[in-house]
Amino acid sequence: MFGYSFGELGSIFAMQAFSGLILFSVFLLMALGLAIIFGQMGVINMAHGEFMILGAYMTYLTSHIFQAYLPGLFSIYFFVAMVVAFIVSGAAGLAVEWILIRHLYRRPLDTLLATWGLSLMMQQAFRTIFGAREVGVELPQWMMGALPVTDVIEVQINGLFVMALTLLITGGVALLMFRSRWGLQVRAVVTNRVMSGAVGIDTRRIDRLTFGLGCGIAGIAGAAFTMIGSTGPTSGQLYIVDTFLVVVFGGAQSLIGTIASAFTISQSQSTLEFFLSGSMAKVLTLLVVIGLLMLRPQGLFVLKVRK
Amino acid sequence: MPKKPPTDLQSPLRRKLLVGTAAASAAAMMSSPQQAFAQTFPTAKVNTTGLAVTDTEVTVGILHSITGTMAISETGSVEAEKLAISQINESGGILGRKIKFIQEDGASDWPTFAEKAKKLLVENKCASVMGCWTSASRKAVLPVFEQYNGLLYYPTFYEGLEESHNVFYTGQEATQQIIAGLNWVNETKKARSFYLLGSDYIWPRTSNKIARKHIEGHLKGCKVLGEEYFPLGHTQFNSVINKIKLHKPDVIYAIIVGGSNVAFYKQLKAAGIDLSKQTLLTISVTEDEIDGIGGENIAGAFACMKYFQSLDNPANKKFVEAFQKMWGAKTVIGDVTQAAYLGPWLWKFAVEKAGSFDVDKVVAASPGIEFKDAPEGYVRIHKNHHLWSKTLVGKARTDGQFDVVYTTPDLVEPNPFPKGYQ
Repeated sequence: MFGYSFGELGSIFAMQAFSGLILFSVFLLMALGLAIIFGQMGVINMAHGEFMILGAYMTYLTSHIFQAYLPGLFSIYFFVAMVVAFIVSGAAGLAVEWILIRHLYRRPLDTLLATWGLSLMMQQAFRTIFGAREVGVELPQWMMGALPVTDVIEVQINGLFVMALTLLITGGVALLMFRSRWGLQVRAVVTNRVMSGAVGIDTRRIDRLTFGLGCGIAGIAGAAFTMIGSTGPTSGQLYIVDTFLVVVFGGAQSLIGTIASAFTISQSQSTLEFFLSGSMAKVLTLLVVIGLLMLRPQGLFVLKVRK
Repeated sequence: MPKKPPTDLQSPLRRKLLVGTAAASAAAMMSSPQQAFAQTFPTAKVNTTGLAVTDTEVTVGILHSITGTMAISETGSVEAEKLAISQINESGGILGRKIKFIQEDGASDWPTFAEKAKKLLVENKCASVMGCWTSASRKAVLPVFEQYNGLLYYPTFYEGLEESHNVFYTGQEATQQIIAGLNWVNETKKARSFYLLGSDYIWPRTSNKIARKHIEGHLKGCKVLGEEYFPLGHTQFNSVINKIKLHKPDVIYAIIVGGSNVAFYKQLKAAGIDLSKQTLLTISVTEDEIDGIGGENIAGAFACMKYFQSLDNPANKKFVEAFQKMWGAKTVIGDVTQAAYLGPWLWKFAVEKAGSFDVDKVVAASPGIEFKDAPEGYVRIHKNHHLWSKTLVGKARTDGQFDVVYTTPDLVEPNPFPKGYQ
């Protein structure tokens, strides 16, 4: 089949399954922040990619601080960097919500334009502060390389890392949404904003925290992606299309939907990429998504809400 | 910041003295070489087409993206062009005239490039323009330069298939970058099988087409195992890396650009492909790109260029020193940056040979112009407006520099329309 032997096909299957899972983790991690914001507030955050890159730059700064002042602890700097990325991106998100987004809640299309403008401003700010060239983020030695399983099959350490991180954050978000009082309020606001306000939920506060949380998670994603991608002023743009694809395809208001959609898209892309070339795989994936969206315009999973 | 020196800059006496010395030195300059030039080369004679040339000054344009996606790549070219201009001015200018530059921002947007090119030519009457980086931006400004008979010096290595009266290409066209590298890897690494990768647009596709024709038609017993393209900005390369592991090509031939480039090398390293054992040859990674990729991720890969910052010759040592003095000790210099540095110099030599700033006379004087002290070594302008230059292969080091492992013995002739390769 396709010019491979039987044994090779087995290895292909194992390696491709693993690649698919890594891609799934990456997609989920980048879409999570956007899905929370979009699902809860109906705000399309075009600056999502830039919040990710903010996280990546924080990782870059943290690595330099560790190299300069704490070289002995360099091997664990990445964990600190992710916390810093979460805090800084989250704080930036809170500020943006307060300055910009809260004035536009009744005009969802305008938020699209406003956050797009914001993304351009952030890109230029990165360029001014960190320079137009991409920066290289140095990783601790243990995070690089691969663990050999057989001759052909090798497991990438940073892939495992991204998978674990995604699992952790998705679990955390699910707990927060379905087991905490705050999550209860968030779900109430999603279901019926006016009524939630009437029973005493501070919907403005919920909105601000949600936006901050979404941006913070974007920051963590950005920190993690320094392992697999570039860190430059416009790198955020590389992720934004896939991110929107996952969120829209999954059904905008559903965590399960986001997970299912990330899984579907990543697996089909990864498999197609193996048997076709990269560009053709992308074309076919997009065709499948368009086809499914024509059948299910609301996305894979729809939250049933009485309008 | 260091504290202010104790001298009183505001003292009126000091100021008078300063003005006095400045005037004196200006007068001295006016009286000696410049006036002599102005007599030999009166403005009316060296400028018959209404360009921005006065008795003391000539205006040129710099047109690159300093904002937007392409700023990442074009910054180095702007820096190199400004360095060349300041050095030319220090050494007395061109025909006794100092170069004044007007910089415009193409903003990574091709229509903006065309608009700014028109402004530089029509409004500012620039005698020449150093600019553009991507082929798309060059194609956008080409009709403008041809319509208003401007002069463009274009620095980037590119896919060829173009030759214009109004453009000089100081980078390599595709065959200059590809064929020597493939021959080298075939001879020294005994490479027989190749896997071609590229970003999905004209330059990698044209280049890989030439590479495939050369591998299949001119290298004995060699074959191409696969050829693949990825959308610009693609960040996930695990599937193709798996495929490469299965096919086990002797050489991975990679022409991936931009942010994708960084993702590709990081994931290659993460997947356990060791570039000290797996030969990888690229024509899209210079010192500039390694900054973002990280030296530890690409060490051992081979790049085929015409210039590396580590080149060991006196002209290059002087160039690197001057560049880092002007733009910071940590600045790296890639192939295109060096090619951009050639632009103002080649123009100066052509103007001096022509004895005129008029575009048609400069163009007519250009073929055969030599730049003996170019950082890359000797170069000469071909009558097809490209440069004769040597092709080099460098091996990437962890510190982001290259060791030059091969230099073509002779200059390679530029051939933008290669027969049998299209």
